[in-house]
Amino acid sequence: MRPIDWLTQVLEVVAALAVAPLFQGWVNQCRAWLQNRRAPPLWQTYRAIRKLFHKDAVIATNASPLFRVAPYVVFATMLTAAAVIPSMGTRLPFSPAADAIALVGLFATARMFLALAAMDVGTPFGTLGARREMMVGFLAEPALLMVIFVAALISSTTALPAISERLATGPLVLSPSLAFTGVAFTMVLLAENGRLPIDNPATHLELTMIHEAMLLEYSARHLALMEFASALKLMNYACIGFALFVPWGTATSAAGPFALAAAIPALAVKLVVAGAALALIETASAKLRVFRAPEFLATAFLFAVLGMLVHLLLGA
Amino acid sequence: MTVALGAPLEQILALLCAWIAIGAVGLVRPASLKIAGRTLFPLGAVCGAAIAVVAAIHLAQPPERMILPIGLPALPMHLRLDALSATFLVLLGAASAGISLFGAGYFRVGQGTAPGLLCFEYHLFLASMGFVLLADDAYAFMVAWETMAVSSYFLVTSQHRIGEIRRAGYLYLLIAHLGALAILLCFGVLQGGSWRFTFDAMRAAHLSGGWAAAAFLLALAGFGAKAGLVPLHVWLPEAHPAAPSPVSALMSGVMLKIAIYGMLRVAFDLLHGLPGWWGLVPVALGLFSALYGIVFAAAQTDMKRLLAYSSIENVGILFTGLGLAMVFRGAAMPTVAALALVAVLYHALNHAFMKSLLFLGTGSVLHSTGERNLGRLGGLIHRMPWVAWLTLVGVLAIAGLPPLNGFVSEWLLLQAFLHAHEVPYPFVDMLLPLGAGMVALVGALAGYVMVKFYGVVFLGQPREPSLARAHDAGRTERAGLAWLALGCVALGLLPATIVPALGTVASSLGVGSLPAGGGPWWMLAPLGPQSISYAPPVFAGTVIAGVLLTMLVVRLTYRRPVRRAPPWTCGAGPLTGRTQDTAEGFGQPIRHFFTPWFAMRRSLPTPFDAAPRYSVEIGDRIWRALYEPLAGWVDRGAAICAVFQRGRISTYLLYALATLCLLLALVL
Repeated sequence: MRPIDWLTQVLEVVAALAVAPLFQGWVNQCRAWLQNRRAPPLWQTYRAIRKLFHKDAVIATNASPLFRVAPYVVFATMLTAAAVIPSMGTRLPFSPAADAIALVGLFATARMFLALAAMDVGTPFGTLGARREMMVGFLAEPALLMVIFVAALISSTTALPAISERLATGPLVLSPSLAFTGVAFTMVLLAENGRLPIDNPATHLELTMIHEAMLLEYSARHLALMEFASALKLMNYACIGFALFVPWGTATSAAGPFALAAAIPALAVKLVVAGAALALIETASAKLRVFRAPEFLATAFLFAVLGMLVHLLLGA
Repeated sequence: MTVALGAPLEQILALLCAWIAIGAVGLVRPASLKIAGRTLFPLGAVCGAAIAVVAAIHLAQPPERMILPIGLPALPMHLRLDALSATFLVLLGAASAGISLFGAGYFRVGQGTAPGLLCFEYHLFLASMGFVLLADDAYAFMVAWETMAVSSYFLVTSQHRIGEIRRAGYLYLLIAHLGALAILLCFGVLQGGSWRFTFDAMRAAHLSGGWAAAAFLLALAGFGAKAGLVPLHVWLPEAHPAAPSPVSALMSGVMLKIAIYGMLRVAFDLLHGLPGWWGLVPVALGLFSALYGIVFAAAQTDMKRLLAYSSIENVGILFTGLGLAMVFRGAAMPTVAALALVAVLYHALNHAFMKSLLFLGTGSVLHSTGERNLGRLGGLIHRMPWVAWLTLVGVLAIAGLPPLNGFVSEWLLLQAFLHAHEVPYPFVDMLLPLGAGMVALVGALAGYVMVKFYGVVFLGQPREPSLARAHDAGRTERAGLAWLALGCVALGLLPATIVPALGTVASSLGVGSLPAGGGPWWMLAPLGPQSISYAPPVFAGTVIAGVLLTMLVVRLTYRRPVRRAPPWTCGAGPLTGRTQDTAEGFGQPIRHFFTPWFAMRRSLPTPFDAAPRYSVEIGDRIWRALYEPLAGWVDRGAAICAVFQRGRISTYLLYALATLCLLLALVL
């Protein structure tokens, strides 16, 4: 491993930490513009986190240590996930430690801790949120894995940087299997990050919320960590999407040391476009009833399966 | 020690006999809990640990044989210790060590079987499983197999005064015997006309395609019945809740694996000449069992039934991997076949630890609260912190979360599935990779089920006032739980040292071998260092470092105090145990999504009911569609036969005379 690879690795994690709240802010800004509202500033998420860090933490009397540990675990798993995903370069020293399946496992760990923490106090909302989150998860997780498997079959490895590199250096064509899985991935991204049409991050309406219901008992620093973690999660999902579907611009292993300098603006451009696209999708879609969520996700799963079948049939 | 005691096979034989002796000592004073609990069970645990150590040391050595002149005159018992049986001996010894330790503190004097007798049955059960693993001829195998079935039957029915438990035991014994019959017939086919029933003769026999298929299907039925493969799974959710918790742990964690061992022994060692695509049968059955098991687990409200259904899921995964290995072997893909086989062995080890841990955890809860019903539990993490935190390890492991052990075997299996498109059979090469999606779906559902299990039992508010009196597990019980939890962590963090050892099993069976030199001890790279890899110690270290670093940063930057306050209830008054989700409620989305799978009886209240009641009863469709008609036919057949059963000696003499006349007429 060259020193530049270590630099890339560190830079990726730091960038994820720094940019994730901004990315969320950007999506919210775009949404506001599309809905003819006045947009909050880009750093609104930072402000919220700062505000939360200046408050007393209030914890339910019957909360167990699990409740207090969960925010740290969720945050750390998202940070580790950021280290696995090749957002800027594909020669990452950490990548042999965890492949794409382990990455999905990381997301599952975060989800499980979030759900368990939500059930800990025993409020009706907490358990409701946990149940719905697991309901979304049990279909979203295999769909995400299928998306990754299609990419893994194309590149015959499950190491995410190697997949990304293989796809980046291939011919510039839209392979039909990736088109199907791209649709599936977008649907999973929406569901997993609590976006419309599954969940609405802007609402606290009891009957519809999922993610916010789970966080209802958290306050101050714990809530700040959870909010930060969910911003990181959105960023991570976006970067997985870039690695699989728009891998161009990252520093591949053949590239020289200056490729990293080019990779940073490339990532910025991708994030700006992706954020706008996400806001557009959210603005154009209506919230589904909770019981329709499994249908939405089953569709995503079937799209991923179709993608795999298409790949096996056509070899592309 | 090893020098003085001779060959490893002899040592293991001595340790198995020690188990029987320990059990026999219990019979001397059957009513004494002190002898059984304080002395014999810990001794049994030591024996188990010793067996695991001896078997682990000799895992990679060439097979060793022995002929014991016990039994019928011309039928001595053949014993053999090879890599496959050593692997399962490690499983048996290591898992049973934890369970016996727990059992030392668990068994009480009650209305059921006396502790000394229970101790005897328990250790006989353990020893018989060991003999199944060592048996090298059909005769020894069947004797040990039946001893295992009968001793476990008595353990299941230790609370025999309860009618429901007697019925569960009866169902278990019935299916166990049907399975044993199939296995017996399978051995009958496997000897291939040589009429010698040693396993060596079977290895040498050449079966034609049809007979090989018959032997395979018989083995699948026989071992599948013992393992709980759908549709022969019905005894599992009945027998596991009926048995005392250490026995459920032993049956679910260890005995089901003995059935897997039998299947592996037949499919990869004894049976030759079967085309590889027959492996698709266990793949299909396994995937179906896995999904069926986990979907039903999500709907259960009894914590032991929930775990029993989860065992069906895991057995399904094991059979899937086994079939996959057969397909790959048939397709001349030795490396991937070895990978699939290693995934099966690894998952068997994993499941032995995590499911035993969970069953013992439920045992502690059951002891302390007297409740098995999820609807009457909750909030136990405050009253039973040891049990709760140790069970959490098992919960996270069985949900397949990295860096614990369940993830490793899932990872290996998925890696094997990713090569499924290379098999040379048309259509199969397209359909088989989709199995990976099914495995992923089952894994995600397992997470759902485990959140439900843990959340309802240990988290939230207590659902009954009596739960305030719950107490934590005793010291030996904690030690047993901690042993198993440690096993889960070790299997999760050190796959790079364990996978090559399991690889020797694959190569000794002639399935194929994994490439040598996979990497350093912390890096699992089963297909060579340049390919896929997973490094659990680094991975776990990073996550833990992330947690600690975040805590440190927060500690340094955050100076506000932490206050305790009642939970936020939207101003609706204090929370009670009834305001949170019930187990039924938590499983509802799954029931909604998989509605056609369940036979549901539901009664919904109307708005005008004075005392509105909601009740739902979940039934197994396979039970209603297959077993109830079958039982009906058997009943009717028996009724017809009963016509001949007059109970008068003169009638029977008449039958005898008629038969004699008929035979004479035929002969003359």
